[in-house]
Amino acid sequence: MSGDNDNVGRRFDRLPATAAERTVDGRATREEVVDYFETRFAIPAETFDEYTFWEKGSGKIWVYAGEAPSPLEIEAIGMTCLRTRQEHWKPTTDAVQRFGTHADRCVIELDREEAARFVAGEDQELEWDGDWGYLIAAHEVAGAVEPLGVGLYVHGEFRSMVPKGRQRDLER
Amino acid sequence: MEPLERYRPIIDDFEAFLEACQRPLGNAVRVNTIKASADRAVATLEEEGVGFERADWNPNVIRLETDSPGSTWSSFHGFTHGQEEVSVVPPVVLDPQPGERVWDACAAPGGKATQLAALMDDRGTVVANDSNLGRLSALRFNAERLGATALAVTNQDARNYSLKPFDFDAFDRSLVDAPCSCEGTIRKNPDTLDGWTEEHMHSVAGVQKGILRRAIQATREGGTIVYSTCTFAPEENEAVVNHVLETEDCRVREFDLALEHSPGVTEWDGEAYDESLERAARIYPHQNDTGGFFVAKLEVGA
Repeated sequence: MSGDNDNVGRRFDRLPATAAERTVDGRATREEVVDYFETRFAIPAETFDEYTFWEKGSGKIWVYAGEAPSPLEIEAIGMTCLRTRQEHWKPTTDAVQRFGTHADRCVIELDREEAARFVAGEDQELEWDGDWGYLIAAHEVAGAVEPLGVGLYVHGEFRSMVPKGRQRDLER
Repeated sequence: MEPLERYRPIIDDFEAFLEACQRPLGNAVRVNTIKASADRAVATLEEEGVGFERADWNPNVIRLETDSPGSTWSSFHGFTHGQEEVSVVPPVVLDPQPGERVWDACAAPGGKATQLAALMDDRGTVVANDSNLGRLSALRFNAERLGATALAVTNQDARNYSLKPFDFDAFDRSLVDAPCSCEGTIRKNPDTLDGWTEEHMHSVAGVQKGILRRAIQATREGGTIVYSTCTFAPEENEAVVNHVLETEDCRVREFDLALEHSPGVTEWDGEAYDESLERAARIYPHQNDTGGFFVAKLEVGA
């Protein structure tokens, strides 16, 4: 049994705009999600103006461009973008590839060899002067910097968070 | 090859057709314009030393000279997606516009659904449905890798599809890329004709009619439907469209297609179909060195 104030794992609920409109305990708000991407990665808030955010599964946030009523019981909408309900929020590889081109902070640029190691799922020792925690890994492709995914930087080590199914052995 | 003999009366240059069906098919990719322009995708392939040739009929179709098109930087970034060249055709013919409500009735594994989203600049709603839950996981994986945020994924039997989850009661456009006997994929799957039976073909045709009827009912007056299969059998193609012409309010529309193709047939196995079925397109393997496909464009009402 779940009460009105609980997250229901099998369905999509649209995130409340702000904390004042929150009815489900622990649920992130739209304002917090947009603020997270802006504060951590300097992705401008207006990047998400045309999108809605939803929670399905505990703490799993989805970003969606289409129309839908809330709550919604279907298989998926848009893409998973963020894991909340934990101390350090963690963006997904695919959301970082989709929206990370707008990022200007906590982006670690890798050379081709380092990028290939990252994509293969390997951890590596790297120099980094910025914040610790989840960073966007990026590299230069055909003349422009392109995001690869998310890594965790701690104690001089950069750990690839690319999910197993997305890892590839690519030309180094 | 034996089941293909039945098509000798309707295919020009039948020997060239049979010969093409026995040649393996190369690897084609579609540029995913949600993440990269065709120029950027091409520059990425060049930089990593992958040989390729661009199709002349569509700027977003590229033929790769590699056996592992999924193991390129271009693919990892979601700039390109492995998709057979002819399977790019149905979404192009449907021509969805940004902001519209579009239904892909049999969407897994998602090549065409993500192409629909890309054609709409990833704005609007693409309801990607499939009855097979297992195949839906492949669709979801592809949608996320390609960054398609306009997709809503449902798991229903398309024949009695309900729009109840949504706030709207009709789609602007629908794609029925129907499950079929897949004869046209023989260059990719040489054993596709093993176990071919007429009974199976007729049973599949029944499902196809059910899905196409539902698509016409679920699409608004004046809306567009594209019906496609990767098979040659008129029973699964023209006969299915002919059935909905008789049972639903719709008509067959003409469309431009820059690939070489043949018109739909209006007579087969003692049956006559509506003359308008000549407006459908049959794409044979020997015409453009691709797989085989059938595409028809329909308009609801009018």
